[in-house]
Order: sequence, then structure tokens, then C-alpha cells
Amino acid sequence: MASLIHCPHCGVRPKEEFSIRGDASLVRPDPEASDEAWNDYVHIRSNPRGRYREHWQHLAGCRRWLVVERDTFTHEVFSVTDASSVAREAGR
Amino acid sequence: MRYSAFSIIRQALTGNVNWKPAWRQPEPKPFYDVIIVGGGGHGLATAYYLAKEFGLKNIAVLEKGYLGSGNVGRNTTIVRSNYMLPGNEPFYEFSMKLWEGMERELNYNAMLSQRGIINLYHNDGQRDAYIRRGNAMWMEGVPAELLDRAALKKMLPFLNFDHARFPIMGGLLQKRGGTARHDAVAWGYARAADRLGVDLIQNCEVTGIRRENGVVTGVETSRGFIGCGKLGLAAAGNTSRVGEMADLKLPIESHVLQAFVTEGLKPAIDHVITYGAGHFYISQSDKGGLVFGAEIDGYNSYAQRGNLATVEHVMEEGVTMIPGLSRVRVLRSWGGVMDMSMDGSPIISHTPIDNLYLNCGWCYGGFKATPASGFCFAHLIAKNETHPVARFLRLDRFERGYPIDEHGAGPQPNLH
Repeated sequence: MASLIHCPHCGVRPKEEFSIRGDASLVRPDPEASDEAWNDYVHIRSNPRGRYREHWQHLAGCRRWLVVERDTFTHEVFSVTDASSVAREAGR
Repeated sequence: MRYSAFSIIRQALTGNVNWKPAWRQPEPKPFYDVIIVGGGGHGLATAYYLAKEFGLKNIAVLEKGYLGSGNVGRNTTIVRSNYMLPGNEPFYEFSMKLWEGMERELNYNAMLSQRGIINLYHNDGQRDAYIRRGNAMWMEGVPAELLDRAALKKMLPFLNFDHARFPIMGGLLQKRGGTARHDAVAWGYARAADRLGVDLIQNCEVTGIRRENGVVTGVETSRGFIGCGKLGLAAAGNTSRVGEMADLKLPIESHVLQAFVTEGLKPAIDHVITYGAGHFYISQSDKGGLVFGAEIDGYNSYAQRGNLATVEHVMEEGVTMIPGLSRVRVLRSWGGVMDMSMDGSPIISHTPIDNLYLNCGWCYGGFKATPASGFCFAHLIAKNETHPVARFLRLDRFERGYPIDEHGAGPQPNLH
């Protein structure tokens, strides 16, 4: 894991300040969505070896939720974006 | 060659030059009735039981590296069956019973040591939870014993009993729990399977799963196409990658778990001890090194190396439980890639593809399950029928709403 994370709000910070929640590619289905859609959301994971987008929270800093794109094998970090701007870009 | 005291003496007297390799190095045949992907503990045990218990011939195990190069050689060697839920406990007890007869059966010294495993508790609520778990074990016929503080002080005087935040009040003991030599388990199964004619093919990475008319016809590998009648996946941390080759949608995340060993010490810790206020577990190997570990790092990883923040956390837990550890020097640390399932329990199951079978989701409890996992997976593959003790460990339990969540943590793999 990279030791330093570039928080878009706080600058370069040690990664221990962050808490990692998990897969950021999942989108919560509609409450009335099918059981299959909910099962996919709750249980099924793509679990790639390589590029992966993850939800992190900058707990010991701005406390914003972030989307960190990194490599699950080399641990290289490609980008850190505020989660709300990611959601806005996706039209959510 | 059968291993015995006599064979050791005979070889010693003839200069130890006549030992034979423990298994062959066969070239892959064009077709096998059953192929197992993954030459770790579970894959090798599966192949062994397929040949031994279910009389199958023409079996291959494909391993991308060398035999036992994954988690079977990277764990903290703990063997136990102190689970609570009815979906888990009979399975792990079945495993425990297989452990108890394994060395004789395989003619291999796996150094099984039933030294007892003790889970410490630190408050009234935790004590009640342990009593419940102990009773659940008894209901499956597995002896468990609750130790109070006085009994524990006599047994384990080196613990930090009067820690201000996490005083130790007692523990739950399973006397039959203990440790085994992890590599020897892989080697023992490999050798026994080889002697029954199983082809163990190393340096053979599966790169694709060929299907025709909805059934698997074989696997593409780094050593060419190999046809098969049935395919079993036992790829542990790489399950998702292999599953993707057959378009399986899996409830698995790969996480890294670290383990540690110290310099060799004189006998100091006679049991396996786990900390109730964290996830720390420790035992002493026969070589004298203290072997310990704790939680997974908490993020998806396919790298067999961990994070320094977790190393620090593990050391803090260890020193909190046993202050004397602060003077011990750590020799090595390493990581293994865990196939974390969404409920913390394993999967031995049919898949949506008729002749494709799945063995995964061992989280960080796979080692103790090695014999039963192999036996039940072999049963499933050979008879196309679930073994009774593994009947709850189905892949479709998630979509059906029957998770086996031992910790009650919910579908969040980094919390199991």
C-alpha cells in the first residue's frame, strides 16, 4: 500500500489517516429492485487483480468520503477524487 | 518408499543416497477425468480423497507455482473445531477427526500437536458468548471447557491479567485443538495422492476454462490445453480470477493477512492462545519460534505482503496480552492472500455450470479445514452430491438469504 495519499482537500497525508470501506463501483439499487439486483449489490464482488476503485474516508482529516483508484497487486495509487464529484459525474 | 524408523536407519547406514523424490514430475496428459485447479492443501487433499475414498483414477492437480506455495505454507498452523453455528461446527469437527488419523493414513509426520487452544475473555458479555459457544460445541459432541481466572493464572502465568482496559477474566479451552506442521500437510497429501496415481503438475497456470454447450471441456494452461470430465476450483486467494474464466459471479474479496515468527526461544508458550480484546493468536513452534498473527490488513489485495501499520497493530496486541513479548525479536513476517467470503464462512459447492465445482471462501480459517475440505469436495465431485457436514456451505446460500455469519459482522469481508 502506498504510504502517502493525496487528499483533494487536505493535500498529501499518511494513509493511516484514512479508513477503507471497499468497492466503489457498486451502486445501491432501487428499494423495489429485484432480489437478484440486491444480491449482486450486497454479495457479489468483481474483486479484480489490478485497477480497483475503492471508497475511503479521510477520518483523521476532512472526514470526506473519497474514491481512490489503485492497483490491488502493485498498490500503486492512480487517483483520489471526492466521492460526491464522482457521483455527480455519473449523474447520481 | 514407506517412511518408518526402519527406513531412516537403513538410509542412514547407506549414506542417505537412496531416498526417492516424494512425488513424480509428470507431463500433463491430454485428458483427465477430474482436474483440480490449485496445488495447495485443499487441492491436494481433494485429489487424495478422490483417489483414496472414491476410487477415481485419472486425476490431475494443476498448480501455477510449486506445490504448497500459497496459503498452506503461510498460515499460523492452528487446528481447532471451536465454532458455534450449526452450519460450521459439524464440518470443522469432521476435520478435527480426520486430523487425528491423518499422519498414520498418509504415512507422513505432520507434527500434529493437540496442545489445546484457549480463547481469552475480558468481560461478562464475552464470557456469556463463550459459554454459549462452548455449549454449542457440546451439542455437536465436541468437548469444551470454561476456565476461570484462577485456573488460567495457574496455566498461563505470563498473561497480562490486570490490564486496566482489558483484564483477563478467563478463557474457553478446546483441549483437542493445537497446531500441525503446515508444509508437511501439503507434502503428506501430495505424496499420498501421487502414490495413488494422481498427476501433480507444477508450474502450470490455468489461463482459461473452455466450455461447450454449457459444460466445461477442459482448461487452457501455460502448458497447453488439457481436457477434463469434471473441473474443481481450489484456488484460494485467486478464486475470483479463475472463476471469471467461467463467468462465475462470486461473493469473494481477496485480502492480505500477515503472519510473524520470532527468533527461537526455549519452551515458553505451551498452548495456542487467542486474545479476546483483539484478534491476536499465538503459539510456539517445535523449533522454538513464536508464531503469531492477527487481523487482515483490511483492504483488497493480491499481494503477498502487508502493511507496516498492521504490523505495529499486531505487535501492540501481542504485548498487551503478554508483556514479556516486548523483549522478543521478530525474525520474519509475510503475507498471504485470503479468499474472504461475504459471511466469513467457506463455500464447497456446485456452480451454475454442471461439471464445475467450487471450493473457496476460507477467509483465514482454511488450514484447519484442509482434511475435511478435501474430503467433502472430493465427495461432491465424485458423487455429484453434497457431503452431509458441508450441506450448508453452498454458493447459493447468499442469494437465498442463509449466510453463516459466525461473528455477526454482515456482508463486509474486511470485518470477518
